[in-house]
Amino acid sequence: MPRPLALLLLFFLAAPLAGKEAAPAAADPVLEKRVMTLAEELRCLVCQNQTLADSNAPLAEDLRNQVREKMREGKSDREVVDFLVERYGDFVLYRPPLKATTLLLWFGPLLLLAIGFAVLLRRLSRRHQAQETEMSTADRKRAAELLAGGEAQQR
Amino acid sequence: MTMTRFAIPIAIFVALLVLLGIGLKLDPREVPSPLIGKPAPHFELPQLHEASKTFTERDMLGKVWVLNVWASWCVSCREEHPVLLDLAAGGTVPIYGLNYKDKREDGLSWLKGMGDPYKLSIYDFDGRVGIDYGVYGVPETYVIDKAGVIRYKRIGPLTPQIVKEKVLPLVRELDRA
Repeated sequence: MPRPLALLLLFFLAAPLAGKEAAPAAADPVLEKRVMTLAEELRCLVCQNQTLADSNAPLAEDLRNQVREKMREGKSDREVVDFLVERYGDFVLYRPPLKATTLLLWFGPLLLLAIGFAVLLRRLSRRHQAQETEMSTADRKRAAELLAGGEAQQR
Repeated sequence: MTMTRFAIPIAIFVALLVLLGIGLKLDPREVPSPLIGKPAPHFELPQLHEASKTFTERDMLGKVWVLNVWASWCVSCREEHPVLLDLAAGGTVPIYGLNYKDKREDGLSWLKGMGDPYKLSIYDFDGRVGIDYGVYGVPETYVIDKAGVIRYKRIGPLTPQIVKEKVLPLVRELDRA
């Protein structure tokens, strides 16, 4: 094998090793996976556009620890989420729950789409009507003349 | 026809501008706390000055009081401190401090250097009680009524205006109840 190619190969083989190092040191990989999956769904309150999984803020770390601890105690995902919502409100959820105050959030886009369709349909039918009335007058007569005398004119 | 043709899109555009303008003014940090109207979460923590003594929210049943979360590492707390000293000097309501995720000696020297507005401070080293109180942006302030129910929460520093317009009127009202 030529040397540059071997080096390149070595480089790519080494990449996953470097990746491993960044992973959180966890005693229990299954639990850790559960913690991180749930943390992906939760908002870090300090840096509000990051998830709890992404954030390095000390509070996010504390909250991940709490999540981990609760899960170790055998709490379900639902119970852990409820624990956080009780303290920080629905705001911690990236998927807001469906309730009276969030109806517009959930169905607003659909509503806008429906309005858009209604407007479009009205426009189209109006345009259709307008064309029909125009055709029924002088144009129709001219069209008939053109059709009748068309061949002779073209020649 | 030509009038409405432009009037409607312009009206929609203006409405959108107004909405976005309001959106800009809203503070995303002001997360409505689910704790308002709920009993203050239970804690029992060692005091900052005397580690052997503890303090719990139950000691305060029957009184209206203010719980203020602070830390020596917190920049906005420095800004808030004079407001707290003023509030304490007014004597309308007792203030209790929650020293949040701090080093004990740092907390103590902070109070020594800047003045101590608190009846006492409790020491929450690992921030667990903070989490129970939904703390995420120190300083935070709670007004708790005689029944131990949280009636008001402020995230971020108190200002003289907030104390005058929100905290004091609320405390007076709760005192009468």
